[in-house]
Amino acid sequence: MSSARIATSAERRADPRVHGWDPAIADLDGFRQAQRLAYRCAEAIAAELTPGMTEREAATLMRRWLAAQGAEDCFHQPFAWFGDRTAFDGFIGFRHLGGFNPAFYPGSRRLEEGMPFILDCAPTLDGYTADIGYSGCLGENRILDQLMDDLLEYRVLILEQVRQGRHLSEIALAVDRLCARHGYEPRHKAYPFQVLAHRVEKLSADKSKHRSVLNFGVRNIARLMRGVAQGRREGWSPLWSSGSASDHPPTPGLWAVEPHLGFRGVGAKWEELLVVTEEDAFWLDDDVPQMRRWAQRGLLPLAKAA
Amino acid sequence: MGKVRTAAETLRVRSGDVELAVNLYGSEKNPVVVLVHGYPDSSQVWHKAIPLLAPRYRVVAYDVRGAGASSAPKATAAYALEHLVADLAAVIDAVSPDRAVHLVAHDWGSIQSWEAVSTERLKGRIASYTSISGPSLDHAGYWIMQRLRSGAPGEVAKVVNQLMHSWYIGAFHLPLAAPLAWKMGMDQLWPKLLERMEGIREDTVPTQARDGQHGLKLYRANFRERVFSPRERRTAVPVQLVVPTRDRFVSVELLDGLEQWVDQLWRRDVAAGHWLQLSHPELVARFVSEFVELHEGGSESASLRRARVSGGNKLKHAGKLAIVTGGGSGIGRETLLALAEQGAEVVAVDIDLTAAQRSAQLAGLLGATAHARKVDVGDAQAMEAFAGWVAETLGAPDIVVNNAGIGMAGRFLDTGTADWDGILRVNLWGVIHGSRLFGRQMVAAGKRGNIVNVASALAFAPSRMLSAYATTKAAVAMLSDCLRAELADQGIRVTSVCPGVIDTPITGSTRFVGVAEEEQARRRDGARRLYGRRNLKPKAVASAILRALDSGEPEVLVGTEAHGARLLSRLSPALSRRLARMELAL
Repeated sequence: MSSARIATSAERRADPRVHGWDPAIADLDGFRQAQRLAYRCAEAIAAELTPGMTEREAATLMRRWLAAQGAEDCFHQPFAWFGDRTAFDGFIGFRHLGGFNPAFYPGSRRLEEGMPFILDCAPTLDGYTADIGYSGCLGENRILDQLMDDLLEYRVLILEQVRQGRHLSEIALAVDRLCARHGYEPRHKAYPFQVLAHRVEKLSADKSKHRSVLNFGVRNIARLMRGVAQGRREGWSPLWSSGSASDHPPTPGLWAVEPHLGFRGVGAKWEELLVVTEEDAFWLDDDVPQMRRWAQRGLLPLAKAA
Repeated sequence: MGKVRTAAETLRVRSGDVELAVNLYGSEKNPVVVLVHGYPDSSQVWHKAIPLLAPRYRVVAYDVRGAGASSAPKATAAYALEHLVADLAAVIDAVSPDRAVHLVAHDWGSIQSWEAVSTERLKGRIASYTSISGPSLDHAGYWIMQRLRSGAPGEVAKVVNQLMHSWYIGAFHLPLAAPLAWKMGMDQLWPKLLERMEGIREDTVPTQARDGQHGLKLYRANFRERVFSPRERRTAVPVQLVVPTRDRFVSVELLDGLEQWVDQLWRRDVAAGHWLQLSHPELVARFVSEFVELHEGGSESASLRRARVSGGNKLKHAGKLAIVTGGGSGIGRETLLALAEQGAEVVAVDIDLTAAQRSAQLAGLLGATAHARKVDVGDAQAMEAFAGWVAETLGAPDIVVNNAGIGMAGRFLDTGTADWDGILRVNLWGVIHGSRLFGRQMVAAGKRGNIVNVASALAFAPSRMLSAYATTKAAVAMLSDCLRAELADQGIRVTSVCPGVIDTPITGSTRFVGVAEEEQARRRDGARRLYGRRNLKPKAVASAILRALDSGEPEVLVGTEAHGARLLSRLSPALSRRLARMELAL
């Protein structure tokens, strides 16, 4: 990806506030550092998970780890899901509290051998926010392996369609269709507002302690809400779903994209930042655990062929 | 019984004071299969199975003591199990001194063969044992004790049920009545009784009266002691249990829990009466051949693999073969997966091979053996070829779900001949082919299977907008109703499934007749949104189908709209007709 082109695109924009923040090289690096920190956190805590541990305990470990590494704020406090909760089994049919389903808060489910787990954290580092999802399993789980293999296709599909300038709702529907073809449930529909992705914005680098309400970082959510209000006036939305609010081309900026698949009580996801510019789009960082896993399993050439 | 067939060779074998009449068929080079008959039969009872087995095996059929051309000791004690085992050993030593034999036994023959495979006398001499309709008396004794001791009403009821099946054993112990019956001409009556009770037509056998009388001693010499003070009887010989589920003399439950005594056990249930070798000789020959092949170093056939009994938690559909058409997506895929989850071996059939393969892959992840085939269900030849492949490689199915279908909407007057051909081929002919071909296979194999035909709530809810689709589905429902009546005698259950508005990929491929291409896309999108809003998932239909497999419900409605439409069609057909005139804007 040519970063020069991004810079010129940023310069060319008359009013950079139209679609919120437009990425510049220096900022991208900041986001990359935040995302790497988040993935390092997930990998570190995943390695510490042992049978009997609860979701809340795992989430607390992540929160402490991030704080110790200098994360001053978050988009949301870390989440952890174990066992069939990785697939949000049973919750997807609900029309919940105006799109807000409390089922994703970490609970008292204890980890067992062979259980899948998902760790999801969204730290803010020097004003740069990342949001990542990390799937794994204590021991072996064939279904999880298959889900994680198949998740590669979603990474390829989403980027391809964003580059084609397809409407976000259309892309979300294409993701649904791919789920149907695979035989999976699109579990991201159980997220608040059924989002496949949401925007993250740059905040001021401010090391003072910031508040979270209901596990969500106040500054980040307030920023997102401003985006919702602005988008409503201008015909776009920072919340990317298959609904009509997302019936618009990709808006430049950073999107935390999180396809989440479920099959028979096993769920898997990844979440990464997608950079969208005026002319192009690319994943912020290819050096992420899921990419390394696909490479190890020899799946990457297949994705390139597709 | 039956026409007396001249044996290729005959042999008289001595066992103590008794001389046994042994008939041999087929080449000496082949594996040896020894057939042991029951009561009140002689080796003639195998006359239909022998010609089917003799081309591949050295078949040995002998008359047990007291029956046919063998001698009949007078004393009741001479009929104790140990003597019967000694007889079998003498026969095996005479016909196959160096090579272990494959034992196939029926009724009393099976009872004494259980003794043979679980005592030292014949250790290493029996390579496999196929048992038809005859439990080990010791196992039966334990079976009764375990259930009575448990005190659970359900378990005690099973014992009572078996004792009712065994009324004749009590009668056989009456001092005079039973022998007298045979003396008084029951031998002449026997073929008629067989025909009345079992639907089996056999000629009278000259030795019938003598077989009937002497054989009674089998019961008197063994029954009381073995059943009421059973010994532990274990065996390392592989056992294939063939269970006629309509047996009037042995209840099916009596054979439950056998895996505690047998290291390697297979079990095949057949919806047939007691004399399976007479009613279904081809089936018996196939079972025996598959089992012998496996234990002669061959591979395990698919149907045998499914018949394996494992000690662990038994899944509801373990050991069954299920075929699902349109199994590559929607309701078909979800049904396939639900069946796979419950232990069934599954075949995903779809016009889209990739989709079928994906379903099979997912079923595999759930632990099932799964296959994928590309078949156009509307193509008679393709379906026959497919059914042939199933019969050849997997055996007859237990569950067939005729689900493949296509959607079509629009005015009747706009629906052309080609449109009709297309939808009738898949939605109706597909169900006809699937029901006919696999229904036949089920009947031939004595399977008490299930045929599930996916119709629609539109089968009884007319609509001006869906004349072609609703017509095919109404036909499917009626076909199912007729077929259900026809197959009821065979114990094959036919269910029609009538889902309401289900969010499946069919909405994305439905053809809207009488509108331009761009309008097609718009209407499909409208239908998709409508069905999406209803948010009733294929999984709901799959769950309903799985429930129907248990309950045998003739008609399954899925979704409140389906229940509503059904009610309306019954309570107020006039209103239903009125609603049919409404035009829904998509």
